[in-house]
Amino acid sequence: MLTGPVVIAVSFAYLGLLFAIAHWADRRAAAGRSVIASPTVYALSLAVYATSWTFYGSVGWAAETGMGFLPVYLGPTICAALWWVVLRKMIRISKEGRITSLADFVSSRYGKSTLLGGLVALIAVVGIVPYISLQLKAISNTFDILIGYPELTAPADLDPGSFLSDKAFYVALVLAAFTILFGTRKLDASERHEGMVAAIAFESVVKLMAFLAVGLFVTFALHGGPGDLFARAAATPDAERLFTLESTGYGSWVWLSVLSMLAILFLPRQFQVAVVENVDERHVLRAMWLLPLYLLVITVFVLPLAVGGVLRFGGGAVDADTFVLALPMAEGQQLLALVAFIGGLSAATGMVIVEAIALSTMVSNSLVMPALLRARSTMARRPDLGGLILGVRRATIVLILLLGYLYFRVAGEAPALVEIGLVSFAAVAQFAPAVLGGMFWKGGTREGALAGLAGGFAVWLYTLLLPSFARSGWLPEDFLTDGPFGIGALRPQQLLGLDVLDETSHAMFWSMLVNVGLYVAVSLRGHRDPVEHGQAALFVDVFRRAPTWARFWRGTATVAELQVLLGRFMGPDGAGRALERYADARGLELAPAAKADPDLVHHVETLLAGSVGSASARVMVASVVEEEPFGLEEVMEILDEASHVRAHSRELERKSRELEAATAELRAANERLQELDRLKDDFVSHVTHELRTPLTSIRAFSEILLDNADIEPAERERFLRLIVEESERLTRLINQVLDLSKLESGRAEWQIEDVDVRAVLEDAVATAQQATRDRQVELVVRADGELPPVSADRDRVKQVLLNLLSNAAKFCDPQRGRIEVRLGPRGEEVRVDVSDNGPGITPAERDRVFEKFRQAGETLTGKPKGTGLGLPISREIVTRLGGRMWVESQPGEGATFSFTLPATRGDGRPPSGQPVTREESAR
Amino acid sequence: MNARLVAVALLAFVLLNAPLLSVADTDARVLGVPALVAYLFITWALVIALVALIVRRSG
Repeated sequence: MLTGPVVIAVSFAYLGLLFAIAHWADRRAAAGRSVIASPTVYALSLAVYATSWTFYGSVGWAAETGMGFLPVYLGPTICAALWWVVLRKMIRISKEGRITSLADFVSSRYGKSTLLGGLVALIAVVGIVPYISLQLKAISNTFDILIGYPELTAPADLDPGSFLSDKAFYVALVLAAFTILFGTRKLDASERHEGMVAAIAFESVVKLMAFLAVGLFVTFALHGGPGDLFARAAATPDAERLFTLESTGYGSWVWLSVLSMLAILFLPRQFQVAVVENVDERHVLRAMWLLPLYLLVITVFVLPLAVGGVLRFGGGAVDADTFVLALPMAEGQQLLALVAFIGGLSAATGMVIVEAIALSTMVSNSLVMPALLRARSTMARRPDLGGLILGVRRATIVLILLLGYLYFRVAGEAPALVEIGLVSFAAVAQFAPAVLGGMFWKGGTREGALAGLAGGFAVWLYTLLLPSFARSGWLPEDFLTDGPFGIGALRPQQLLGLDVLDETSHAMFWSMLVNVGLYVAVSLRGHRDPVEHGQAALFVDVFRRAPTWARFWRGTATVAELQVLLGRFMGPDGAGRALERYADARGLELAPAAKADPDLVHHVETLLAGSVGSASARVMVASVVEEEPFGLEEVMEILDEASHVRAHSRELERKSRELEAATAELRAANERLQELDRLKDDFVSHVTHELRTPLTSIRAFSEILLDNADIEPAERERFLRLIVEESERLTRLINQVLDLSKLESGRAEWQIEDVDVRAVLEDAVATAQQATRDRQVELVVRADGELPPVSADRDRVKQVLLNLLSNAAKFCDPQRGRIEVRLGPRGEEVRVDVSDNGPGITPAERDRVFEKFRQAGETLTGKPKGTGLGLPISREIVTRLGGRMWVESQPGEGATFSFTLPATRGDGRPPSGQPVTREESAR
Repeated sequence: MNARLVAVALLAFVLLNAPLLSVADTDARVLGVPALVAYLFITWALVIALVALIVRRSG
């Protein structure tokens, strides 16, 4: 049954089925009932990640290293968890910028740079060609092995012969034709291929089923389940070592995880299905767990198959890369072997088709079209550019597959599938800094991306690709062992003598170091032009702003000119329809002679970008419109407008809050000022009033004396004495006013020293004795306890005491007057109480006695007993000295005026001479 | 949701990588399956389940 014609017929039947599915999906899409508008189909199409490398290669790898192959599938699982953050952003950016390839993505981000897009396309082609060659190799080898049934041929024994008789050559051609049919039948501005995606999703199911079938057969039919298989392996030294990681370093494990995390994002085919073919970014949510689940299921039987192969064939007799096929064949299971072959075929074709389409888009949009446009080739001036582009793409597909075939012939049979795959993974990982950096860091510049990509790519060439050539005999062997020109430090696999890493980890380390290092360092130094500034912000802030992609254009073009330009790609009818749709969607009338607004120009540019890439589209649009370039300031202005508005409104809110606070403060200050003003007015009126009373007396008595010359001497003497008394009172009043104003303004001079309050009190009592004796008032002094000295001005303290004593004498009971002075320490202070047995003070008056010109009892007697400034002055003095003064009293039970003065501190320093405000002391 | 997913990714990276991996890298068997294999696949499945849970809840 397994003869050449049968296998070929089955293979073509399978490809035909694929094509039928694609055709059906395209028809459904045209009818508006898309089959790929499903998150499951999306996840399955992402499983294009599993190629024949997975299908055949992972078993071969597992036969060598046990679980060492697994990081290639664990990496995507880890990365998938981040897809909602990373992949969704890539999808959104690509949708808004009509980006259709990774090269376009990078070029667009860094100011629609043609050079950068070209470099990315070049790296992708060079990096992916070995990978494509791997698929060709897998298909042609397994085909040869299958038709060799019942013999088991080792791939090394297969003689490819000349390329005309080499099946791989025909495989390449057939796949090229098939890819062209799938991907480039017509030019679609969105570059989406619904049919292809449906076919790829179907292929994912086929390869999974085929692999599971072989896995179940080997595990449960050949052996009694995994337990039995592993138990038998444990007895075989060759198989037993596969259960631990002794042959895979932990370092390699980590590097492989990182590498495959990047590969699942940056392989061109992954970008194609994950980003370009995505119809709804919410599909990502299901793919985030369904794709890892798919990978888990497809890898479950890898180790059992490897172990089963080693048990069945022993070491070396059969290439481990072919175990999946060889095991059913060795057991005579022809149908299962054919199923395995079809599974491998589906894995390989899926990869080749998507990869070739992705690469052809890249090459035509980012390499060929910019070159044609730049060279002003006659081809670029053709009226129908759509045909030209399709031609370029078809030629690219054929070329890429032939390159893959060439690599297959050149590299020969030597490298295992694994090594080839890793070379490609490492190549696409070079895109990571430029793409991820570009998406999350506005500071990344074109020069930085160019330097990073070029540097990383160069290191990759030197440390991975050249060694693979050297092993194939293209380069002398001593290039690897002794380094170029015998310089040991330059050995490609032990650069600078670094020899603790395996080949892939070594290459990854150096290339990433150079790539990231250059990208960051050059970006930090460089400056950016306006377009780059704009694009950077559009990429990084894609979720944060309303689309402003249209706004970086200003110029003049007519609708007709744009329609002609569009017509060169889409045909005149297509262009007309596209513009009609645009006008209908916005409710506009587009007259051919009318000037196109920036929105329309941008719309045309994005339509073109889908076909020729953003860099070329920009050049093409610029060729028909007279563009006025934006200055940097203008771009920044537009970009920052939104963020500025936000920033301004925040600033405004903050300012208004501050303003409110300031207003409240001002209001309070104003009230305080008014209060002070009122107090000042009161003060002035009080002072003048107080001045007028003695002045009036003096004047009245003086006039009496002047008018009555014959006044009696006794009377005259009495009048003169009154005049003198009133003058004294006047002088006292003026002195006190001056004193108070000095105290309040802080101009008073203080002689601060250690003062013994007891001595001052005795002094004051002695002075006051005269007055008390006149009034027959009893004066009792009680001083107990050790009194610490206080830091104060001696004369001022005496002034306070005298004032309190004279007040007490004035107000105490006229018949049985008694004043009691108590002196004692109170913690850190010295406290003095002066009590009288006068009428006392009502609670309402208690607060007011310390105000200027207020006198207790004033209303009772109607006659002032003092100037009304004594208490305010005393309180001012005490407060300035750091103490407090207050009064306690009940009406009818006398009053006690108390004050405290702080004791001198232990360090001998006087209390701070800082004036203490009244509010503080009152607290 | 983003913060949780990032946390799961970090967790997965730590659990499925050296040096934590070496704990399971022994000759022991779990129900006849080598300990390393059992550890990797079970942890892997748990990570997938965790992501699915987060996505379902928020989506």
